[in-house]
Amino acid sequence: MDRRRAALTRGAALALPLGFLAVFFAYPLASIIGRGLGGDGPVSLPAGVVWFTFWQAAVSTALTLALGLPLASVLGRYAFRGRALVRALVLVPFVLPTVVVAGAFLALGVERGVAAILAAHVFFNVAVVVRVVGSYWARLEPRLWDAAATLGAGPAARFRTVTLPLLAPALAASATLVFLFCFTSFGVILILGGPAYATLETEIYNAAARLFDLRTAAVLSLVQLGAVVVVLAVSSVCERRLQRSVPLVAETDRLRRPAGRERRWVAAVLALSGLGLALPLAALVERSLDGPGGYGLGFYRALGDETAVLLVEPWRAVLGSLLFATVATALALAVGGLASVALARKRAGWVDVLVMLPLGASAVMLGFGFVIAFDDPPLDLRGSPWLVPVAQSLVAAPFVVRILAPALRSVDERLHEAAAVLGASPARVRREIDLPLVLRALGVAAGFAFAISLGEFGATVFVARADWPTVPVAIFQFLGRPGAVNQGMAAALAVVLMALTAAAALAADWAGGRRSAL
Amino acid sequence: MPHRLLLALLTVLLALAVAGCGGSDEDAAPREVVLVTHDSFALTKPVRRAFERESGYTIRILKTGDAVAALNRALLTAGKPEGDVFFGADNNLLTRALGEEELFEPYESPQLAHVDGEFVLDDQHRLTPVDHGEVCLNTDRAYFEREGLAPPGRLEDLTDERYRGLLVVENPATSTPGLAFLFATVAQFGDRWQEFWADLRANDVLVVDGWEEAYTQRFSGAAGGEGGRPIVVSYASSPAAEVVFAGTALERAPTAVVAESCFRQVELAGVLRGARNEEGARALVDFMLSPAFQRDVPLSMFVFPVRDDVALPPVFAEHALTVEQPLELPPEEIGANRDGWIREWIDVVLR
Repeated sequence: MDRRRAALTRGAALALPLGFLAVFFAYPLASIIGRGLGGDGPVSLPAGVVWFTFWQAAVSTALTLALGLPLASVLGRYAFRGRALVRALVLVPFVLPTVVVAGAFLALGVERGVAAILAAHVFFNVAVVVRVVGSYWARLEPRLWDAAATLGAGPAARFRTVTLPLLAPALAASATLVFLFCFTSFGVILILGGPAYATLETEIYNAAARLFDLRTAAVLSLVQLGAVVVVLAVSSVCERRLQRSVPLVAETDRLRRPAGRERRWVAAVLALSGLGLALPLAALVERSLDGPGGYGLGFYRALGDETAVLLVEPWRAVLGSLLFATVATALALAVGGLASVALARKRAGWVDVLVMLPLGASAVMLGFGFVIAFDDPPLDLRGSPWLVPVAQSLVAAPFVVRILAPALRSVDERLHEAAAVLGASPARVRREIDLPLVLRALGVAAGFAFAISLGEFGATVFVARADWPTVPVAIFQFLGRPGAVNQGMAAALAVVLMALTAAAALAADWAGGRRSAL
Repeated sequence: MPHRLLLALLTVLLALAVAGCGGSDEDAAPREVVLVTHDSFALTKPVRRAFERESGYTIRILKTGDAVAALNRALLTAGKPEGDVFFGADNNLLTRALGEEELFEPYESPQLAHVDGEFVLDDQHRLTPVDHGEVCLNTDRAYFEREGLAPPGRLEDLTDERYRGLLVVENPATSTPGLAFLFATVAQFGDRWQEFWADLRANDVLVVDGWEEAYTQRFSGAAGGEGGRPIVVSYASSPAAEVVFAGTALERAPTAVVAESCFRQVELAGVLRGARNEEGARALVDFMLSPAFQRDVPLSMFVFPVRDDVALPPVFAEHALTVEQPLELPPEEIGANRDGWIREWIDVVLR
C-alpha cells in the first residue's frame, strides 16, 4: 500500500468538509458567542433546565429505540408486499414541522406535559432508528443465526448473543442522532410542554431573540455545546468499541417471506406502528380536505392563487423547497461523504465530533451568527437565497456521516482478499462488491438528507427570503393568521410536504438498491 | 477500495452545488430598496407594483421573525443593516428600538401632515407611525349564546366564577399579543395587577406559548377550531379576518371583541442607519404613509391605517372593532418596567 498517497487522499478528503464547517458553522457561531461574552451583566445558570434537558433527551432516546426496534426488525428481516412503501412512509413524520405535529397531537386530545413531550419525540424520531438500524439489519449475513440455532440457541438467546452485538454500531449511531434531536428540541417543548417546561434550547431562544440578553444566550450556548461534545465523544468511543467487521450481504439474499408465527408478529408490528404513526397524519389529511363547503380539494387548488399571507403564490414555496433541498442534499452528500471517506480510513474522533456538532448547536444562535458574521463584502451573504441550502446541509450532513461511515468501515477486507484470490481484478472487486454495498447506504443517506432539508425549519427560518419561502416557512406563516382558509392551506401544504418526503424516500431507496430494496 | 470512486463522485456533486451558488443574484445597484420587517408584514401586489413603477425602485422584503425577534436582529446589525428600512417596531418596544445602538436615522416624512398627532411617538422622527392595531379579548359567539351566558364586558369579569376555565392567554415572555395583554392589565389595575393575575390563575386561566396555539388550537370560536376555551387574547380585527378568510359568505363573524379589554399597538417604520439606499429608504417611508398603502393595510395585515383621510374597506369596517378608548401606557413606563413585569408575571402565574 502506498502510504503517502493514502495520507494525501485522506487530507484532500478532509479539507473540504472541514473548510465548509469552519466557514459556515464555526465562524458564525464563534462570532455571536464572542459578541455575547463581550457584554456585561450577571448570568445565572439554571441547573434545573440543564437537568431537564438531559433527562428528557435520554428518556426520549431510550423510548424511541425500544419502540423503533420491532419495526426495524420487521423491515430488516422480512420481504413482504408494500415493504418499500412502509420504509418510505416511516420517514414522513420526521420532516413535518413541529408546530403542525404538535397541533395534531393537541387535536387528538393529548394533554400537555412530560408524557406529551416524550410521545412527540418518539413520533418524530422513530424514523431514524427504523431506517438506520433496519437497513443495517437487512444486510447482516443470515447464516450467523442459522449457526447459532444449530448450536441450540433459542430466539431470545440469538437476539442477545448474535443480533444485538452485530447491530450495536447502528444502534449507537441512531441513538446519538435521536439524542441530539431531543436535546435541542424546541417547538415540541414549547407547545406540548407548556410554559412550565424549559430546555437549554428554549432558554437560549428566549435570551437571544426575546430579551436581547446575548450574554446569557452565549453562556447557555457554551454549556449546550460542551454537553453535546461530551455526548458525542462518548458515543464515538462506544461506536468504535462496538464496531466489528461483519460480513454484509445484499438484501435480496437476506430477506425472506415470514412463515408461520412470524406472520402474526410482522402483522402485529406493522399494525401497531401504523396506528401510532398514521393517526396524527390522518388528522392532518382530514383537515386539509375539510373545506367550508364540505370535503374537497379546495385548499389544494388555492395553492396556485395569490394570498395576502405570502409574497408569492404558495406553490412557489413547494418549488423553492424542492430546489433548496436538492442543492442541500448535494452539499450534504459532498461534505458528509468526504468526511465519511476520511473517517472510514482512519479513526479521528475529533473530526467525527466536529461534523456532528451542528446538530447540537442552537439554531437561533447560528442564525444570528450568520447575520453578524457575513456582513462585510466579499462575504456579505446576508439576503442571499443560497444560505438556505447551506444551513440545511449543516443539519443534514451529520446524517450522511452516521449512515455512510459505518457502511464504509464494515466493508470486509476479507471479501476483497477472497475475490482477489479467486482472480478478480481490483476494478471488478470495486464494481461487484463494494459499490452495491456503498450505493445502498448512499441512497439511504441521500433520502435522509433530502427529507431533512425539506423539513428543516429552525435554521432555515433565519436565512429564508420572503420571496423564496420553503414549505415549512409557508406553513408557519399560514398558521399565524386567523381564518378557515389559512388553517386549511397550512394543512394542505403539510400534506404536500408529506407526499414529497415519501416520494423522495421511495426514489432514494430505488436508486440505491434497485430491485434488492423490494 | 470504494473510497476513491466515492470521492470522485462527491467532488463532482460539490462542484455542481458550488457552480449553482455562483449564480447568486446579489445586486449592488441602488435601484433596489430592502425592507426589513416581521413575519406578519403583507402587501398586495398591485400596490407594490404601483410604488415600483412610480419611484423606479424595486422592493425586496426581508422577514426576520416576529416583532420582537425582528427588532432584536436589527439591533444586532445596527450600523451594518441588512436592509434600508425597518418596519415593525411598536410602542411596546419603542425604548429598546431607540436605545444606545442608534439603529435609525431621523427622517420627517411630508406625509405626516395627514397623520393624527397622537400616533407620533418620537419627536425626533427616527420612527414614523404606519398603522395601529388593538390587542383585545375575543369571544366565541356560539358558545355564549348556547350557554345563555353574557360574554365578559370588562377585564374584572374574567375573575368571576361564571367564567372559570374559559380563558386562554399567551405567555407575555414569548408572545407579542401576550405582552400587550399584560400591559392592558397594568393599565387597568395599576399596582394591583398582580392580584388580578393571581385571581385569574385561581380561576383556571390557560397559558400557552404563542398566538397560533392560543387562537387556532385552544380557542373554540375560530373557524375549524376544536379548542375548549371560548375567550382568547387576539386582535380587534380578528373577527374581520374570520369573515374574509371563511372561504364562504358569512353574515356575521363567529367571534366578537370585548371593547373594554383593548390595548393599543402602534407600528412604526424608520430609515436604518448605514442603509445602502438612503434615498430609496425615504421614498419607501413616504410610500408607507401614502393613501394607496394606507388603504391596503386593513385587508393585508389586518390593522388600522394611521392616516385620517382614508376609508376602511366595508368588510373591515363592519366586522373589525374600531376601538375609541383603548388602554394605553406611556412608552417610557413600558421601557423602564417591561422585563421586571414579565419576571413578576412569571412568578405570579407560572411558578
